[in-house]
Amino acid sequence: MSDAAPAPVRTMTMAKALNAGLRRAMEDDPKVLLMGEDIGKLGGVFRVTEGLQKDFGEARVVDTPLAEAGIVGTAIGLAVRGYRPVCEIQFDGFVFPAFDQIVTQVARMRWRTRGQVPMPIVIRIPFGGGIGAVEHHSESPEAYFAHTVGLKVVSCSNPVDAYWMIQQAVRSDDPVIFFEPKRRYYEKAEVDTRGTDGAVPLPLHGSRVVRPGRDATLIAYGPMVKTCVEAAEAATDEGRELEVIDLRTLSPLDLGPVFDSVRRTGHAVVVHEAPVSVGLGSEVAARITEECFYSLEAPVLRVAGADVPYPPSRIEEDYLPDLDRVLDAVDRSLSY
Amino acid sequence: MSDVRESGADDTVAVQLLTPDGERVEHPDYAYAGTDDQIRDLYAQMVLVRRVDAEAIALQRQGELGLWPSLLGQEAAQIGSAYALRSQDYTFPTYREHGVTISRGIDPLRLLAMFRGTETGAWDMARYGAHLYSIIIGTQGVQSVGYGMGLERDGLVGSGDPERDAAVVCYFGDGATSQGDLNEGLIFAASYNAPVVFFCSNNQWAISEPSERQSRVPLYRRAAGFGFPGVRVDGNDVLAVHAVTTEALDRARSGNGPTFIEAFTYRMGAHTTSDDPTKYRLADELEHWRARDPLSRVRAYLERTGAADAAFFDEADAVADALAVQLRRNCLALPEPSLAETFDWVYADPSPELTEQLARHREYAASFEEAR
Ligand SMILES: Cc1ncc(C[n+]2csc(CCOP(=O)(O)OP(=O)(O)O)c2C)c(N)n1
Repeated sequence: MSDAAPAPVRTMTMAKALNAGLRRAMEDDPKVLLMGEDIGKLGGVFRVTEGLQKDFGEARVVDTPLAEAGIVGTAIGLAVRGYRPVCEIQFDGFVFPAFDQIVTQVARMRWRTRGQVPMPIVIRIPFGGGIGAVEHHSESPEAYFAHTVGLKVVSCSNPVDAYWMIQQAVRSDDPVIFFEPKRRYYEKAEVDTRGTDGAVPLPLHGSRVVRPGRDATLIAYGPMVKTCVEAAEAATDEGRELEVIDLRTLSPLDLGPVFDSVRRTGHAVVVHEAPVSVGLGSEVAARITEECFYSLEAPVLRVAGADVPYPPSRIEEDYLPDLDRVLDAVDRSLSY
Repeated sequence: MSDVRESGADDTVAVQLLTPDGERVEHPDYAYAGTDDQIRDLYAQMVLVRRVDAEAIALQRQGELGLWPSLLGQEAAQIGSAYALRSQDYTFPTYREHGVTISRGIDPLRLLAMFRGTETGAWDMARYGAHLYSIIIGTQGVQSVGYGMGLERDGLVGSGDPERDAAVVCYFGDGATSQGDLNEGLIFAASYNAPVVFFCSNNQWAISEPSERQSRVPLYRRAAGFGFPGVRVDGNDVLAVHAVTTEALDRARSGNGPTFIEAFTYRMGAHTTSDDPTKYRLADELEHWRARDPLSRVRAYLERTGAADAAFFDEADAVADALAVQLRRNCLALPEPSLAETFDWVYADPSPELTEQLARHREYAASFEEAR
C-alpha cells in the first residue's frame, strides 16, 4: 500500500503508532474495517486514521452519519456477517448514545447465542483530560465498561503498546473497548514493528512493570502511567525507589505482577483520573487487600479524581492527579 | 464533493424574501412584516454577533480561549429566528448559537467564559429563556419537547391570549438529525402536538461530513414522515428566516403543534478553532457562499432604498467594535474558578463522603499555599 517499506524501527507518536497498527491490521485481514465520524478525509479529529481511507477505500474506512448508536449497532450486524469492525468514538463523552448497544448487545451476544456469535468489535475511545477542552471532552468512563461482563477493556499508555495492542484488539474474537489517553497522543517513542525478531510484544491481557523499585508500588493505566513514572523519578531525590506498574488491561485485570510487587514493597497506591468512588482503583485495592493482606504495611491508597464531574478546563489541573498528589500519597503510605 | 451545492439533495427552492443582491422579493406564503427600522436593527445585531465571533476567534488564537465554534455565515439564521421569539418563549441552543444566546440578552462574556474554561456556561436559564449549550449532539431534541409539554400542562399553549402563550425553539445542526435523541424528539413532539419549533441550521457540514451523509432527502422533508410541516428557508436571508420562524412560533403557541424549519446556510469558517476544513472542502464552495453573505444583502437593501446612510453603518460597526474591546478586557479579567466551589453543586443533599473529600482537597490545596 505504501510506496517504500517503512523502516522496522521508527520513532512515532502514539497517534501515528495507532495509525500504523490499524494499517497493518487492515493489510493482514480484509475483513477489518473502520467506522466513525470524520475518520475518512479528515483522518479523525486526532488524525489517528489519517491516510487510511485514501489507501483502503471508502468501503473499508467508513465515514458514518453522526450517530454513535448507529455506528456500534451497524458494527454488530457487520460482525455477525464475519467482518471485524473497528469503531471510533470521537471523544469519551460521546460514547453514551452508543452505551445501550455496547452493554446490552455487544457485551452479551456471545453469551446469549451460547458461543455461536462472537463479537470481534473494537471500540476506540480517546479518553481522559489535560487538553483544555470543554465539557464532555475529558472524561474517564472506563469503569462503566469494566463493570460490564463480556467486554474486554484495555488502555495503552505509550506508542509501543499502542502499535501492538490495537492489532491484538482487532484480532481478538471478543469485543474490546480500547481507551486511548488523548493527552498522550503526540508523545513519541521508538517502535520496533518487527515483533518477533525485535521486541516481542506483550499479550493484550497483561500488566507490566514499567519501572522497578522496592519501596512502594504505583499502579496506573493510560494517561497516568507517565505521571507515575515522573513521580517515581522525582522520588529518587528522596532516596525512594518506586515501582510503577501499567495495568494495560482494565477488564479482566492482570494483577499477578501487582501482587508480586506489593508483596515486596508492602505499599500500594492506585492512580487514575476517574472519580474515586467505585472506580477501577477500588477493585484493585480490594484485590490487593485480599491477596497481599499479610504483606501490607499500609492500607492501599487511591489517588483519583474527586466525586465531582470533570471541571471546567481552567481548574482541571486541580482535579487531575499529578506528580505531587502521587508523592503525597506515597508519603502517607510510607508513614504508616 | 466537486460540485458546488446550493439546493442540497434536490432542487427544492428555499423561501427567500431578500435576494443576495438585496432585492426584496415576494413569496406566496410568507412575508416579512417588519419596518425598515426593524431591518436596521436586524442588521446591527448581525454586525454585532459577527464582531463578537471574530473577537472570540482572535482570543482563542492568542491562547485565551480553549476553543471557539464560529458562527460566521450563520448570523441571519440565528438573529432572524431569535428575533421572532418573545420573552416567554424558551430556546435550546447548540454550542454555535451565539447569536441566539446574545439576542436573548445573555452577556457574550458568559460564552467566552465557557470556552475559556472558567465556567460551565451556567446563565440564568429561566430569566433569559435560553437553556445551556448542548455539547452532546442531539440531546436537546427530546429535552425541548419535554419543556414544551410542560408549557402545555401549565396552560400556556393555545390559551387564546397571544401575550401569554409560549413555545420552544430547539436548535440543532444537519449532523444532529442523525442522532436518535433528535428523532425521538420529533416523534414525541408529533405524538403530543408539542409547541416546539425544530430549527435545523443546515450549514452543509458536520465537521468533515457533508449533509448528504446524513440525509438523502432535503432535511425539511423529514418532517412529513413524522406528520408535521417542514419548510426550507434561505438561511442567509434574515427577513425570510424571521418570517418563517414567526409563523411557526405562532402555530406552536396557538396549540397547532410542531414545525420543522431547515435554514439552508453555510458555515464559512472552520468547525471550531481546532478544525482544518481545507482537508475536506473546496475553496470554490466558500466563494459561492461568500457571494450569499447574510450581512451584505441587508446592507445592499438598506443602501439602495436609502433606508440607512453611511452614518448608520459606521455607527453599527463602532458599537460592535466597542463591545469587542470591552469583551476582550472582561475576558482577560474573568475570575479564576476554584475546584472547591464545584463540590457544592454536585448534590442538593451532599453526602458526608463528599464533604470529607472537599475538606481533604482544601487541606491539600492549602499546603501548597503555605509552601509558597
Ligand atoms: C454525540 C456526539 N457525537 C459527536 C460529537 C462531536 N461533534 C461535535 S460537533 C459535531 C458536528 C456537528 O454537526 P452539525 O450537527 O451539523 O452542527 P454544526 O457543528 O455544523 O453546527 C460533532 C461530530 C458530539 N459533540 N456529540
